[in-house]
Amino acid sequence: MIVLEKRPSPSQVWTIGTPLLAIIATIIAGGLMFALLGKDPLVAIRTIFWDPLFGDFASYSRQQLLIKAGPLILIAIGLSFGFRAGIWNIGAEGQYIMGAVFGAAFGLALFPADNRLIFVAMILFGALGGLVWAMIPALLRVKLGTNEILVSLMLVYVAEVILAKMATGPLKNPEGMGFPGSRNLSQWPSAANRELIAGTGMHWGVIAALVAVIGAYVLFSRHRLGFDIRLTGQSPRAAAFGGVNPGRLVLICMGTSGALAGLAGLFEVAGPAGQISIDFNVGYGFTAIIVAFLGRLHPVGILLAGLLMALTYIGGELASLSLGLPAAAIQIFQGMLLFFLLAFDVLTNYRPRWKSRGVA
Amino acid sequence: MGGISPVLLIAALMVSATPIILAAIGELVAERAGVLNLGVEGMMITGAVCGFIVAVGTGSPALGFVAAAAGGAALALLFGILTQFLLSNQVATGLALTLFGLGLASLLGQGYVGVSAPATPKLDIPLLSDLPVLGPMLFRHDPVVYLALALCAAVWWFLRRSRAGLILRAVGENHDAAHALGYRVVLIRLGAIVFGGACAGLGGAYLSLIRLPSYTEDVTAGAGWIALAIVVFSGWRPGWLVFGAYVFGGISVLQLNLQAAGVQIPVEYLSMAPYVITILVLVALSTARASATLSTPGSLGKPFHAAR
Repeated sequence: MIVLEKRPSPSQVWTIGTPLLAIIATIIAGGLMFALLGKDPLVAIRTIFWDPLFGDFASYSRQQLLIKAGPLILIAIGLSFGFRAGIWNIGAEGQYIMGAVFGAAFGLALFPADNRLIFVAMILFGALGGLVWAMIPALLRVKLGTNEILVSLMLVYVAEVILAKMATGPLKNPEGMGFPGSRNLSQWPSAANRELIAGTGMHWGVIAALVAVIGAYVLFSRHRLGFDIRLTGQSPRAAAFGGVNPGRLVLICMGTSGALAGLAGLFEVAGPAGQISIDFNVGYGFTAIIVAFLGRLHPVGILLAGLLMALTYIGGELASLSLGLPAAAIQIFQGMLLFFLLAFDVLTNYRPRWKSRGVA
Repeated sequence: MGGISPVLLIAALMVSATPIILAAIGELVAERAGVLNLGVEGMMITGAVCGFIVAVGTGSPALGFVAAAAGGAALALLFGILTQFLLSNQVATGLALTLFGLGLASLLGQGYVGVSAPATPKLDIPLLSDLPVLGPMLFRHDPVVYLALALCAAVWWFLRRSRAGLILRAVGENHDAAHALGYRVVLIRLGAIVFGGACAGLGGAYLSLIRLPSYTEDVTAGAGWIALAIVVFSGWRPGWLVFGAYVFGGISVLQLNLQAAGVQIPVEYLSMAPYVITILVLVALSTARASATLSTPGSLGKPFHAAR
């Protein structure tokens, strides 16, 4: 029978190996699922992973890659701070919404002024919106010991209600002929989050994501705070003896992830989405959880995982157009990826050994 | 406020609390065994869709509930294998289960949006149902309402009065000690997880088959997360769990009634109410910390790996 033997320290090889193994396993299991749905698995896999980059419509879908990967990476980097320290902010979707609402509300209040500084201020307000929303569970946890998982998640539903209220009430476009939704920010030069290099999909949000990746890398490898975060995750007791203030760490980790999620929301609402609408949020905040784990909570890993996850989004859309693959199949595909990753992760920390029964 | 009748209110709150009671009592058993399964929402919605498909296909709500329990249990088994045999992080695996379950449900439920479920007959208990006020309030519900309460009573008896329940609690309090005494920690936990999944499935099916009764993509709308909060609220005690779910159900029913009665509160604030109230309850609870901390199962959420 197989016995698991704990490794003295996590295996370096398997730290990189498990995500690759998980991707391969997901492609096989996903292929089976597509076959069950009556689609040719090889064609479906090619449509999802190959066609968005090199297929007939690649010139369009390639720019979508950065547009989708930007918010995923930005949010996932923030989440990785807390996840490393054992602080579970799973309400990034709500913080993303609130960032967009705060930033857009500030911008729209000044419509139709002509000043590019408005966009700069909107970015600050976007980060603030996410920060405020994340501070609710963070402060409750620090001051009262309330479970941050449940509170941050409940606040997603509250944020969704606020979003709907804003889209149909205070922020509704007065010239929108009664339709819900705000003015289009991307068509207002003072507030637009423009595409920086034509045809690439590169916008300020993507730049922010790259800065966040580099910043997180430096923080975790060179800075005391990064060390404290890792230490707290591995051994809270050791961290406490080492002088780490756990409350401060919760506030920093939750605050960072909230602010980054808020930024992602703002860049989305001022750019690709363009306006506050009822269906503004599409689940980036939840998918980013998968991205964070798939990237092993490591900045570079998250960068790659974000691109891969963005690819499955675009490929999924392509597959639903050309093959009639249900949109939910892609959601399952993404969920499977996380499952396989968690399953294979056992190899990182444990060594499987054959043992004959009865010896123990 | 004149339009709200207390009799109807209590009757409605019993119905609206039932899915949460079902999901929460299953999670309570899993957590008492030391397993934190955050996939309740995913298991609930899978149960909702499995139950709906089978009930519509066969025309029998009872078979639907059986299928829902099986669906929830199957998803829970996946969680159990990952966390118990492959020692994965319980928080992350639970989240994965919810994301996966939501996807699975919307794939399976594609053709069923807008279809209505076969009706579940209400119980008609001679004498009791005909009581003047109490009859319509307490004794004219569908059988599942009473089943949920009976289940809670059974769980209470199991945990408090039976030897097996004592072993299950021992596993949740201190898995190393339980292992040293020779109990099969992993198998006991697996059983608790599967029971939790089956209950969550039943709770989901109650939503899609009786409460609504139809299937929509967001049929659970966070009920699974609320169930998790109720378990914390109850301090892992079945009696308090029922009380908490009824209070919660009462508030959400009152909210709907206020909307219908046209009270001058914006609709948005009322639809936020269930979530805000859940947060407030969690907060109130953590201020009254002393008893809550004591009753938290000692090994909750910790992976178990027998060194030898």
